[in-house]
Amino acid sequence: MAAPESEAPDTARSRAKDKSPWNWLLFIPIVVPLIPALFNADSPRLFGFPRFYWLQLAWILLGVGTTTLVYQMTKKRGDH
Amino acid sequence: MWRDHLTEIIVFTLLFLLVSAMGFVAARWRRPTDMAHLDEWGLGGRSFGGWITWFLVGGDLYTAYTFVAVPALIFGAGAAGFFAVPYTIVIYPLVFLVLCRLWSVSHRHGFVTPADFVRNRFGSPILALLVAITGIVATMPYIALQLVGIEAVLKTMGVTGDSALARHLPIIIAFAILAAYTYQSGLRAPALIAFVKDSLIYIVILVAVIWLPYKLGGWGAIFDAADAKFQASPAPGDGILLNQNNQIQYVTLAFGSALALFLYPHSITGVLASRNRDVIKRNMSALPAYSLLLGLIALLGYMAIAANVKPLPGAKEGTTDGNTVVPLLFDQQFPDWFAGVAYAAIGIGALVPAAIMSIAAANLFTRNIYKEYLKRDATPAQEANVSKITSLVVKVGAVACIVFLDPQFSIDLQLIGGVIILQTLPAVALGLYTRWFHRGALIAGWAAGMGLGMWMLYQIGNPATGKKHFAGSAFPLEKFGFDTPKTIYVGIVAVLVNLVVAALLTLVLRAAKVADGPDHTTPDDYFADEDDPRVTPSADAAREPVA
Repeated sequence: MAAPESEAPDTARSRAKDKSPWNWLLFIPIVVPLIPALFNADSPRLFGFPRFYWLQLAWILLGVGTTTLVYQMTKKRGDH
Repeated sequence: MWRDHLTEIIVFTLLFLLVSAMGFVAARWRRPTDMAHLDEWGLGGRSFGGWITWFLVGGDLYTAYTFVAVPALIFGAGAAGFFAVPYTIVIYPLVFLVLCRLWSVSHRHGFVTPADFVRNRFGSPILALLVAITGIVATMPYIALQLVGIEAVLKTMGVTGDSALARHLPIIIAFAILAAYTYQSGLRAPALIAFVKDSLIYIVILVAVIWLPYKLGGWGAIFDAADAKFQASPAPGDGILLNQNNQIQYVTLAFGSALALFLYPHSITGVLASRNRDVIKRNMSALPAYSLLLGLIALLGYMAIAANVKPLPGAKEGTTDGNTVVPLLFDQQFPDWFAGVAYAAIGIGALVPAAIMSIAAANLFTRNIYKEYLKRDATPAQEANVSKITSLVVKVGAVACIVFLDPQFSIDLQLIGGVIILQTLPAVALGLYTRWFHRGALIAGWAAGMGLGMWMLYQIGNPATGKKHFAGSAFPLEKFGFDTPKTIYVGIVAVLVNLVVAALLTLVLRAAKVADGPDHTTPDDYFADEDDPRVTPSADAAREPVA
């Protein structure tokens, strides 16, 4: 059956606001991979890869690192 | 001749049959108490944990077409094709918080589609209908494109015929099997098959990026061979680096595609099927593993150049089918049995997204057209049934697209699809954050963005192929009167105009005190998590509790 109306007042418990200054960090991996001046060059090469390729692949680490950090820092305490 | 490829064909067929069997068994996997409900058939019971979601969404977003077309683009144009990498990097931080809000509000209200959300948020069935139709139209050619991926593989194995029907028979059979198990198992089928598909792809690519450079003289030699090819070609836009004129296009295409990706109904289906907000957040950190894979796959295009691969002829006289370069590279460089595994990876890779896309399109039809306009009092069982049948119709349509039309038509439509799905951004994505926009203004903005986008795409020709219209998504800025050879991605311009129109008209409509729709959501809805006490599946009052 559908959730009974009587449970409705219990909303404060489910509140878990998303607001956190850590979230601003997410802008870094959005902006940096979109600046061609940083990576649009051949040298230096790494394992034979021109900079254009290895540096853009390296942004993946930047993205993973940032989202993981933000996730860990904004996780609800004592919830898990 | 297909006889030369017998080993490949046998390996391909065996693996294909294996996953087909899995597709049928999937109905019993995590078996629900009642499959006759859209939450079960269409969203896998909204219960998928971190790993399943990772495989499901990964298998959903990085489609067979991507794996075939991106290296083909790199093969043909070089650096410009590498946009797929920044595109799939910026997407995750971009939607990290947005998707959590969508998940929460959908969880609490029992929404199945993005249009469900828009209907309740803006109190406008018309806006919801527009979002639903946009989603269906954008998804259909995407499904057809998955077939192009399979077709490239079949062509390389020599499985062709003289008549159109003979040539397409293997695809028709493959899709009939796919349709049957999707009908029976719903979203559980692609979720289970995704494990096999992705494992195969990871194995193939790891072997490819270690073995092929070793055979072709190292990565340095591969990039040098590509550089030499582009230096020699007369085309101005190619090269292993970007030039002055395509950088704006590169950046706007990467960013615009990222904005569009999670507006596609099939992406949202994958996300809504997850168990809680944590699963989504963890996946936003873990999904970029696929981006690394995609980046390496893209570079297969350069390996094909270094290995001197010549693409097979296309559908029309004098053209070549760039999508065959990767299958040909595998055929040339790998032992037969392993090439067969690689082909199976691409072929099965087409089935996962095709299944999810057809489910997503079917859900949109059921929830936002059938239930809204045809049968308001539809029971959950009827909804599930309509969705199952619609998913069949959608697949027949996709096959018909490929059999009866030039595949190029599907590719053009998919290009248009990215631009039109972006026009739902103000209502769906911004709507998750703000209720400020007036529903009338959103409709007008949608129409303006849609009109402009279509016009711009129509203007784009390609002198090299003699195509006058819809030949790409790079719009020359000189057509707007700027004195420059630079180009920009159509979708970004169209969605900006959409936003400006929606904002201005909101001010006008508010000033004129035109009635706005009611908002059926509360601010609290956007933070609800698993085990929320206030989950109110309002439309589904008759629903049985799921233990």
